[in-house]
Amino acid sequence: MEKVYKVVEKITFGLLSPKLIKKIAAAKIVTPELYDREGYPVDGGLMDIRLGVIDPGLRCKTCSGKLKECLGHFGYIELARPIIHVIYAKTILNFMLCTCKECGRASLEDAEIEKHVQRLKRYEEQNNADAFRKYTKLVRNLAKANKKCPHCKAKKELVKIEKPTNYVMEEGNKRMFPNEILAWMERIPDNDCYILGCNPEYSRPNWMIQTVLSIPPVTIRPSITLETGERAEDDLTHKLGDIVRINQRLFENLNAGAPEIIVEDLWDLLQYHITTYYDNEITQVPPARHRSGQPLKTLSERIKSKEGRFRHNLAGKRVNFAARTVISPDPRIAFNEVGVPTEIAMELTVPTRVTEWNLEWLKKFIQNGPKAYPGANYVITSDEKKKKISPESQQQIVDELVVGQIVERHLIDGDISIFNRQPSLHRLSIMCHKIRIFPGKSFRLNPAVCAPYNADFDGDEMNLHIPQTEEAQAEAESLMEVQTQIISPKHGLNVIGCVEDAITGLYLLTKEISMPKDEAIQLLISIGVDKPERFRKFKENVSGKEVFSAILPEDFNFVGFSKEYDGKTVGDPEKTAGYVYVKNGKMMNGVIDANTIGEGNGTLLRDIHRTYDTVTAVDLYGRIFRLGNAVLFKRGFTIKTSDADMLPEVETKVRKVVEDALSEVDGFISEYKKGNLKPMPAKTVEATLETQILHKLNKARNEIGKIIQRSSNPTNSTIVMAQCGAKGKVLNLAQMAAIVGQQALRGKRVEKGYRNRTLSLFKENDLSPAARGFIRHSYKKGLNPVEFYFHAMTGRDSLMDTALRTPKSGYLYRRLANALQDMKVEYDFTVRDANQSIVQFSYGDDGMDVSKTDNGTIDVKKIIEGVRGE
Amino acid sequence: MASEKYDVAKHVLVPKHTKLSEEESQKVLDKFNVTARQLPKISKTDPTIKELDTKPGDVIEIERKSPTVEKTKFYRVVSSA
Repeated sequence: MEKVYKVVEKITFGLLSPKLIKKIAAAKIVTPELYDREGYPVDGGLMDIRLGVIDPGLRCKTCSGKLKECLGHFGYIELARPIIHVIYAKTILNFMLCTCKECGRASLEDAEIEKHVQRLKRYEEQNNADAFRKYTKLVRNLAKANKKCPHCKAKKELVKIEKPTNYVMEEGNKRMFPNEILAWMERIPDNDCYILGCNPEYSRPNWMIQTVLSIPPVTIRPSITLETGERAEDDLTHKLGDIVRINQRLFENLNAGAPEIIVEDLWDLLQYHITTYYDNEITQVPPARHRSGQPLKTLSERIKSKEGRFRHNLAGKRVNFAARTVISPDPRIAFNEVGVPTEIAMELTVPTRVTEWNLEWLKKFIQNGPKAYPGANYVITSDEKKKKISPESQQQIVDELVVGQIVERHLIDGDISIFNRQPSLHRLSIMCHKIRIFPGKSFRLNPAVCAPYNADFDGDEMNLHIPQTEEAQAEAESLMEVQTQIISPKHGLNVIGCVEDAITGLYLLTKEISMPKDEAIQLLISIGVDKPERFRKFKENVSGKEVFSAILPEDFNFVGFSKEYDGKTVGDPEKTAGYVYVKNGKMMNGVIDANTIGEGNGTLLRDIHRTYDTVTAVDLYGRIFRLGNAVLFKRGFTIKTSDADMLPEVETKVRKVVEDALSEVDGFISEYKKGNLKPMPAKTVEATLETQILHKLNKARNEIGKIIQRSSNPTNSTIVMAQCGAKGKVLNLAQMAAIVGQQALRGKRVEKGYRNRTLSLFKENDLSPAARGFIRHSYKKGLNPVEFYFHAMTGRDSLMDTALRTPKSGYLYRRLANALQDMKVEYDFTVRDANQSIVQFSYGDDGMDVSKTDNGTIDVKKIIEGVRGE
Repeated sequence: MASEKYDVAKHVLVPKHTKLSEEESQKVLDKFNVTARQLPKISKTDPTIKELDTKPGDVIEIERKSPTVEKTKFYRVVSSA
């Protein structure tokens, strides 16, 4: 087909006039029959080959194109009597209310009409569609208000609509037939049309009442051949068949001079068929059905709603070369890799162009065929023919393989892929990974990249796409690969960092572990560090810090703080506690924990990213992650129930703190009962009491947390995890070991339940901690029934809260993202929308690129020191 | 207070609004290389500019506090609606 390129300057919507319908039609349809006895389309039938062809082998009579060459042509039928178009029924009524039935003029004075015309013309010139539309509405209301025609002085006919397509005169309840209305609409002069909001150049009110009906090409309503050889027609063809049949009968009856009742019945039936042809979901009309009882899918159902053309076909894109399965963790692969099951690797392919250098290599793939890994599924020959590789064709294809052909080979290690987890809320939800082939059925991914995808392994599934051209692969690799996304654009912090075991491992390594030389070397070699010159420097006993230093580059310097740091002491980084100091690739002081290598605040990782190129940085990250895990593999790490045991003297201390707090709370309550409690500013006495009680009880719990932390054994694994930030807080241990504490419902103590009390076993207005959801036992000791009940209450509340909030906030975010999607920071730092209108005069008021900062701040001193080489 | 209407522009939370002269507003438009239509709008009936004697098309300069920079200047053009 010939291609025509033109720029679309403007689009005007209008109605098809009967004249135009006939003009664009390739055929007039006169018979409801579809095929003759040989199964050949009947001339003048709905499948007429002048309307296009859907059978292979036939040629279109209009354009002589074959199937897929001919896009189809419209036809038309002449209706025996005019028919109201349902969609315009209301618009027609509007015209009836605004004009005179006798002379067809709008119910306004000539001078007035002229004034409105001028004004509307002006709006049209200004391209101000909104004002145009508003003004025509105003004019319509003016015309409607006039009860007498100013031109022929006739009294205005008041018409009602009887849904969906019948019109009744209010006076005498007499029905008005479409032919009368058609005559009326034809009488309305062009200028009057124009001021009522209908540009007569493109659409006239009388065109809303149809005298001819356009028949869509067969190509948009193809019939399908069932296995039985029977033909099943499209819903639209069925509907059109009904219309043509009834129309024929109406013609015959009219010609035979049948009584008016019969004609009217047929006319209404035709109206029904045409109405449901446009829209089969009108409330007042019973939907037209198949013989099976299932409603027909006619024109408007094809377009609207979720399954319609827009949302299903146009906005909803489907792609090939994609895979989806469950994800599972594998800390041993790099974080920019993804493990792909062999099964998937044999289905997804990469088109590889044959060159003289890879000819022999590709031959091996073809020899393996589609059923052995690594094989190939198709070969595209130089004349663009696709050949399937099968055991029979295999040898011939190998022999004929020449430079320039394309082999669609199976995925192999190192191929480029795009990996995605829905909901794709931000840039990091779709990243590029290199492929690693594994047995099994799940995608493997490094747990370090769970955070940007927001993935976990409780059954999450993810999607994988294979870019099919070299351009796409190069683009994905350079723009979307995981290592290009380490720093989050929203705050300039690293989103990828060590998680759980890796943090614990490095913490233990740098804090307490030391090992013999051979073990240290073995450990380092196992994670891929092979630096003999460094190993030679090891003494007989190697400290953990030295092992960690061995993976760092020799020119790396770093000053940071661990979680131990109190936030104020300033001192020599080499000696002061809380400092983490690396000098020339050698760790001098401190321990590694979540503050230096964790996700979100890994200062060490960020410095590496800033100092070195991506390849080095990724390599380093991989080593850091793997070292942490390897240390834990070697050492072993477990938590046990005795982690939550307390020494007798600690237990006494804890009990004392609890009892002191409870008696103090009792004091508050009795003060309150006596009326001696002084209200705090802006609070009632009751609220003051509540605040004081909550404050006291929370303080007691925090104090117990501290006691537990201080008294616990340094080998206590639960404490170790909490201290290095790998998992859990000290509070969680305190809840297990000592006391669960106050249960809060919406920020308050428990109040709900019975009248003035929480449970029937308490006295009314009992304000004591025990009656308001205070749990003084620990998880380990066990809760009593009342405590258990309160605990279940808050548990259920938070469960419901998350279940209800997630979809709400998700939709909120979606709307926000859609509203802001074309905002852009321009080169002059202004934030502008798609019209180049200014939204903010300087991005964030300071014009700073947040992704280049540390959580919104820039440490100028550090930069100066860096430049001066200090 | 009862007879006089309260001027919201004097409230502590309302940033300082000033009307720019022809030349000043032209300078602003030139600085950002925009037409008046591309600036954010402010209604001519907005209480904060009631005392400023403005007409549609005037540019209002607003001096706001900002969490990132102490003070910032914002410009809005008076719209007829």
